Amino acid sequence: MSNDEQHASGGSEPQVGGSNEGRGIGRRDLIKALASIPIFGVFFLSFFQKKASDDFKRREIMAELGVPEGAPAFIPEAISRPPSELVRVGIIGFGGEGESLVRHAGYAHPDWVEDSREAARKDPRNKSLETYLSQEDLNIAITAVCDVFDVRAERGLAASQVELPSGGGPRRQQAKRYLRYTDLLESGDVDAVIIATPDHWHSRMTIDAVDAGKHVYCEKCMTRTEDEAHAMYEAVKNSNIVFQLGHQNRQAESHIKAREIIAANILGPTTLVETTTNRNDPWGAWVWDIHEEGNPKTIDWDQFEGPAANKVPFSLERFFRWRCWFDYGTGLAGDLLSHEYDAVNQILEIGIPKTAVASGGIYFFKDGRDVPDVFQAVFEYPDRDLTLVYSATLANGKWRGKLFMGHDATMEIGAGLTIRAEGSSTRYEKKIEDGIIDTSLPLFTYRPGFKGIDAVTSATEEYFASRGLLYTYRGGRRVSSYHLHIKEWLDVIRSGGQTSCNIERGFEEAITCHMATRSYQLGRKVEWDAVNRKIV
Amino acid sequence: MSERTAAERTLTSPRYSNFQLTALVILRMLVGWHFFYEGLSKLVSPYWTSAGFLSESKWLFSKLFLWVAANPTPLVMVDFINKWGLLLIGLGLLLGCLTRAATYGGIALLFLYYIAAPPFAGYAYAMPAEGSYLIVNKVLIELAALLVLLAFPTGKIIGLDRLIFWKRETGKLARLAEAAR
Repeated sequence: MSNDEQHASGGSEPQVGGSNEGRGIGRRDLIKALASIPIFGVFFLSFFQKKASDDFKRREIMAELGVPEGAPAFIPEAISRPPSELVRVGIIGFGGEGESLVRHAGYAHPDWVEDSREAARKDPRNKSLETYLSQEDLNIAITAVCDVFDVRAERGLAASQVELPSGGGPRRQQAKRYLRYTDLLESGDVDAVIIATPDHWHSRMTIDAVDAGKHVYCEKCMTRTEDEAHAMYEAVKNSNIVFQLGHQNRQAESHIKAREIIAANILGPTTLVETTTNRNDPWGAWVWDIHEEGNPKTIDWDQFEGPAANKVPFSLERFFRWRCWFDYGTGLAGDLLSHEYDAVNQILEIGIPKTAVASGGIYFFKDGRDVPDVFQAVFEYPDRDLTLVYSATLANGKWRGKLFMGHDATMEIGAGLTIRAEGSSTRYEKKIEDGIIDTSLPLFTYRPGFKGIDAVTSATEEYFASRGLLYTYRGGRRVSSYHLHIKEWLDVIRSGGQTSCNIERGFEEAITCHMATRSYQLGRKVEWDAVNRKIV
Repeated sequence: MSERTAAERTLTSPRYSNFQLTALVILRMLVGWHFFYEGLSKLVSPYWTSAGFLSESKWLFSKLFLWVAANPTPLVMVDFINKWGLLLIGLGLLLGCLTRAATYGGIALLFLYYIAAPPFAGYAYAMPAEGSYLIVNKVLIELAALLVLLAFPTGKIIGLDRLIFWKRETGKLARLAEAAR
């Protein structure tokens, strides 16, 4: 083909010479210039068709559900006023959890600050320090520290001076160390105490704190035994102190959202709730570090044992890995079932079950422990037409979200929340038939938080993050759920109101966990006698 | 090559056959359509963010991408540049408007997508992929398609560039013709 022919057939740009020279824009040129406009038209036509159909489905679904897709309306349990009045807090038990609670209250140990700086430098996704620094100043002073291990007590004292306060709070004087918690309670130096000791001490310490008129933030499980739960309940119930049990999941945005879902009856009759624990690392199975300076001289063993069921000779394993023995806790039931149960209780308000049956064994960590590392419990709620299943292993890390299984839909909760319609749903039958609801796609998803990714540094931390136990969000801002949970406690102390995990919820938690433990130990089904308030 | 022949070639070429031109324009439109829809769908989705993609980043530059994903301010900027970039590049390719700039922009974006998460042996991504890829993925192929479009431009033939650059092109041609006389 010659050049001229090419040109004639409209193939190329304006040519040198000939009739094209300096000519104006012709009709053919306009057609060529605008040749893609029809394609553009097709694009927009299909785009708007798709969008209109998507929007229609979405509107129909949202109208049917009656729940907004955004963040939940957070109704605080207590009125939060500027924290004018200083609350003097004593910490009893400055182990891992105690140190963490104090830090989330604004008192980071200098070593932690250093480690977090280093971690953030290595992995820019690690936001621990940033989150800590952006915490609100709660206007408290850590005035007293009690721990039976010298090294931890010293760490508590170092943290109490708070070199790097969060939320622009002031630096503080060093706390005073008490060798016995009773001295701490009687010292007159504290208004409130955080109890983060092993479970076998919770009840006695709380009762003593109540007697001394101190407010209590107590770690879970609330107690180690049923009797202790009754005694602690009576003491707190008949007092004026403010009590908060350490289930920080109460602050998780996804759980608050789930309550909206339940209130709107999106799931229909819900007959089965499945909740789980899967961890697969020694730390997650309570094989915690044994401190090199731990010995009978630095650890007050007698005081550690205190009300323990069996007295045994000094043991580093038992001191540093106490969760592995029934003498000090209840293993999976008290540590992790308690969180899972409380989350379900928070969402469904189910209370104490009618019956419980549990089984399990020590199948992987045959390290001398006497609590099971694989544990399953089934709770019946005949009044609610509901079964709650807890399934746990410490030797597999498969993530399983909390499942709420209704006739019309299934809700899965992790850090976020997903709802899928049931193919045989009665409520959604018409919409499924009309193609508005696609059962292969989520009906509803709720993703909390800002548009970013949280750092997860270990399998166990990932486990916590996925359950909303580490961080949650308020107004799109990342906050630690511990911080919010402690703040709520302080707000109630200052301004009145109710803590979200008060003694009623705590009692339900303790009894439910103890029913599972009792069933496991007895090898039979146990019942809650609601009249005599007794596990039988 | 004389100066004149070089200038002439730039201006008069490419001399495509109808088939060649049609194939090139179809390619341009398809890539343009893809970019435009990617941009538009991100723009209309209130929940879209590049954080999920960036946080999966592997290889040499992953630190930078991870940093962006983890920090709200750069993330918002990257999200903004990405969706509007895709949209405008798509528009440019579809309409043949500032085609050359749009092609360069497209190559730059695709290059970033590629190096953020290259399908090299040993790298596994949690993001679901609809096919199987080793070193070569569809991002790289689309990038190569844009290189072809850069080498064989069509915007001034079929596209708004025909009007945008009309004066310049015809003026240059006239000057050349003048010089030739």
